[in-house]
Amino acid sequence: MAAKTTTDPTLRPAPRPSDLTAAFWAATTEGRFLIQRCTRCQAAIFYPRVNCTECGSTELVNEDASGRGTVYTYTVARRPTHRAWADAGPYVIAIVELEEGPHVTTNIVECDPDDVRIGMPVEVCFAPEADGVALPLFRPSAS
Amino acid sequence: MAMRGRGAVVGVGELRPTRETPGETTLSLMAKAGLAAIEDAGLSFADIDGMVCHPIGGVSMLTPSTVSELMGLKLNFAEVVDLGGATGAGMIWRAVAAIEAGMCRAVVCITGSSRRPRTPRVGGSKTAGGWAMPDRSAFSEFEVPYGNVGANVGYAMIANRYLHEYGASPEQLAKVAVHQRDNANQNPDAIFYGQPITVDDVLSSPLIADPLHMLEIVMPAGGAAALVVVGPELAEQLPNRPAWLLGAGEQVTHKTITYAPSLTDTAIQASARRAFDQAGVNPSQIGLASVYDCYTITVLLTLEDSGFTPKGTGGRFIEEHDLRWNGDFPVNTHGGQLSFGQPGIAGGMSHVTEAVRQIQGRAGARQIPDLELAFVNGNGGILSEQVSLIFGRER
Repeated sequence: MAAKTTTDPTLRPAPRPSDLTAAFWAATTEGRFLIQRCTRCQAAIFYPRVNCTECGSTELVNEDASGRGTVYTYTVARRPTHRAWADAGPYVIAIVELEEGPHVTTNIVECDPDDVRIGMPVEVCFAPEADGVALPLFRPSAS
Repeated sequence: MAMRGRGAVVGVGELRPTRETPGETTLSLMAKAGLAAIEDAGLSFADIDGMVCHPIGGVSMLTPSTVSELMGLKLNFAEVVDLGGATGAGMIWRAVAAIEAGMCRAVVCITGSSRRPRTPRVGGSKTAGGWAMPDRSAFSEFEVPYGNVGANVGYAMIANRYLHEYGASPEQLAKVAVHQRDNANQNPDAIFYGQPITVDDVLSSPLIADPLHMLEIVMPAGGAAALVVVGPELAEQLPNRPAWLLGAGEQVTHKTITYAPSLTDTAIQASARRAFDQAGVNPSQIGLASVYDCYTITVLLTLEDSGFTPKGTGGRFIEEHDLRWNGDFPVNTHGGQLSFGQPGIAGGMSHVTEAVRQIQGRAGARQIPDLELAFVNGNGGILSEQVSLIFGRER
């Protein structure tokens, strides 16, 4: 489920995975969005951490998130914040609250920027990037 | 009561912010402000035995010795503080703590930034330069690829969430910028001195990141500011009226707001509560709120979370009060950074220098009569680092 974006993928600064984040980025190429789950306190965690940010335990396991959430907040960037978006026109930077709880920074795509609202249901989609990762973006839910 | 009366600011040195600082370096500007503060304190160069500075571009380590060698200071206490816009406020309590611990007698706290003419960074050409790719971190992997870069979009998302949860009118937020500009028009050192604005001017300025208009966003500048902090014994011997530190609080909860505990209940609540508790005073006794104002929404959130008005009532509070130097609730009498200018870390320090000048009775045309207590809040990053201070005329 590739997503169309207005961004030039050769200029968008691609993530460079580290050992800590390699599993997350590898899963994105299979269309999966991973979060971590603490086996001690059951906290859901994003982005990949060494230890649970709630209880400190290092017993964290990866699990597939549903990929569904709601827009927690957003802004329409009317001026580009980075040269990759120099010619993109207004674009939406948002924080999405996943069903599992964690907050995620993303862009809202396949939607007029002026139609984005806080609370809007959204679902993940993936934009292939040059360096063997896919970037999770969110679009309005199909339902 | 940990901080109350243990130290005071006795000297101020501050350069006028300018859009560009040709020929100057950050270090040269810091030295000038530092020397001015020492002279203003009535101290000799050799009396200074402590110094606090901040990270400086191009100086990757050993920053305090880089500054002290340039100035020729010999130090018993050398410190670097890295709290973004809260750095200036964070320096003050650390200086008092070092003096109280017997490490030194007189500390100069120095902030500054040079500023070169900028080449356009965005728009037009895709090759327009200036974007540094940060080293690998959560920020480079999970924020930069989405364009979540710089402060504008972070504060815009905070503002939209606040407006969703509690509401405030565009006119209420714009009034912050307008009244602070009126204050700047009493301050010849302000970068926008002599340029009054109206609510219509603010709301008709371009939207940069919804809902923030250009005139609600701070403008970068070059400049420097320094303060001299001493203990009680020395403070009583020096020519300037001491601005006594009565309380301090600090709180750091996140770096990127995506991972903040809340976007609308900020870390200011904890830092301000500690400062008021240490001082043994309450918000209703404060005669000046000198609070970080990178954006108008920052002022609204700070007034709520410092306890001046309940959560959710910030917009109405701004509407109902006169925020000017001669008003019923003076805020940022130097113009705030929105109208004074933001010379890097010295922008955050400007809220401290103004509180000190007002307490000392040296604020000129914008002096608040008989000011007893001033509240300062420093804010770093995207509402991440918070330092609150309370200054008093009496120990």
